[in-house]
Amino acid sequence: MIPAAFEYYAPTTVAEAAKLLAKHGDDAKLLAGGHSLIPLMKLRLAQPKAVIDLRGVSELSYIKEASGGLSIGATTTYYQITSSRAVAKAAPVLAEAAGMVADVQVRNMGTIGGSLSHADPAGDLPAVVLALNASISTATSAGKGRTVPIDSWFVGLLTTSIKPGEIVTGVSIPALAHMTGTAYEKFANKASRYAIVGVAAVITLDTSGACKDVRIGVTGAGPHAVRAAKTEAALKGKKLDEATIQKAAGAAADGIDCLSDVHASAEYRTHLTKVCAMRAIQKAASRAK
Amino acid sequence: MGHNITVTVNGTKHTSDVEPRLLLAHYLRDVLTLTGTHIGCDTSQCGTCTVMLNGMAVKSCTVLAVQANGGEVTTLEGLAKDGKMHPLQDGFWEKHGLQCGFCTPGMIMVSYGLLRRNPKPTEEEIRHAIAGNFCRCTGYHNIVKAVQYAASKLK
Repeated sequence: MIPAAFEYYAPTTVAEAAKLLAKHGDDAKLLAGGHSLIPLMKLRLAQPKAVIDLRGVSELSYIKEASGGLSIGATTTYYQITSSRAVAKAAPVLAEAAGMVADVQVRNMGTIGGSLSHADPAGDLPAVVLALNASISTATSAGKGRTVPIDSWFVGLLTTSIKPGEIVTGVSIPALAHMTGTAYEKFANKASRYAIVGVAAVITLDTSGACKDVRIGVTGAGPHAVRAAKTEAALKGKKLDEATIQKAAGAAADGIDCLSDVHASAEYRTHLTKVCAMRAIQKAASRAK
Repeated sequence: MGHNITVTVNGTKHTSDVEPRLLLAHYLRDVLTLTGTHIGCDTSQCGTCTVMLNGMAVKSCTVLAVQANGGEVTTLEGLAKDGKMHPLQDGFWEKHGLQCGFCTPGMIMVSYGLLRRNPKPTEEEIRHAIAGNFCRCTGYHNIVKAVQYAASKLK
């Protein structure tokens, strides 16, 4: 399979990339790791006239510790994330999930910014950044960059709240509170390792061992990653015994319009969402110390 | 339309005029006639097109040749030195790590990438590393043994 013809641009700065994007508008696609875009181009589902390659923009590739949390550049690869000591310390669930993406060849190329911009319904990181309460920074050629809270980022199938002319530049992850445990559980497609369902949990316990704070992100189940609001509400303030976790996890697919395709029926995805949620909650709670 | 690229492949610098849409796998096979790199699924799942790009194993069916501009690529053809097989190649021979051989170039290159990062992998680490490479005939046991053989020789 061969993509349709396009013009290729390899800027070296964000400013240059933003200018190219402003010039080519809807005819352009940004290329990061290419492991979502290039397959789409090979299938001719995407036929951009201009491809702007961000891999040469070195200012977009970094992992920085920022007041206990993290700041990660958009073109930082899954491999860099999963092998980073800073990520393992400040957001272990992100390192865990990045290491579960596809296979090593894909992790060597695929990027966090690409994953969050493409918003694949079966991507792993969308669930994780939702659970981590991340925010996304963007830049434009007119200097109108924004910081977007993750809760308003994923809005539909392969759709985010990014605006025309915006480039995702990085992801910020706040510091985890004391007594917080994190986990990501997924049921993967055997060939692609895409998440048929994936659930990320970030749980903070209080001194009595009750759930003080919780965020749960679900990917794969519906058209885009979402928080499991009912499950979160059912855990908050409670001691996390087995019955409480089981009951809360049972609501994890509530409100999600589960997808049905060749990989799994909607009914099966609903079931997997509950199971993955239960495992992720149990694991996160056991890690909270 | 054409894009002038210079890529160092197996230590030799090549300069070519290519269309931006040319995939790295096709550049290696059709332009440089290095047909050791196979194309299988063409959808970045099977891994037989794996090559090293700037020190990292990548699936060359999902990389544009222009993305390799200024970079270094190692393919299966670049492993043997002075007529002597690389220990990974010996390993696949000694441990019967192949039957039809179609997946072998990718299996060897992904294992090459593994041994660069982790010279003494456990069996589990080897299995994890080759998870993106499919073998449809001999099975994975002897492939794992072949990589273990190479790791022991590379010490």
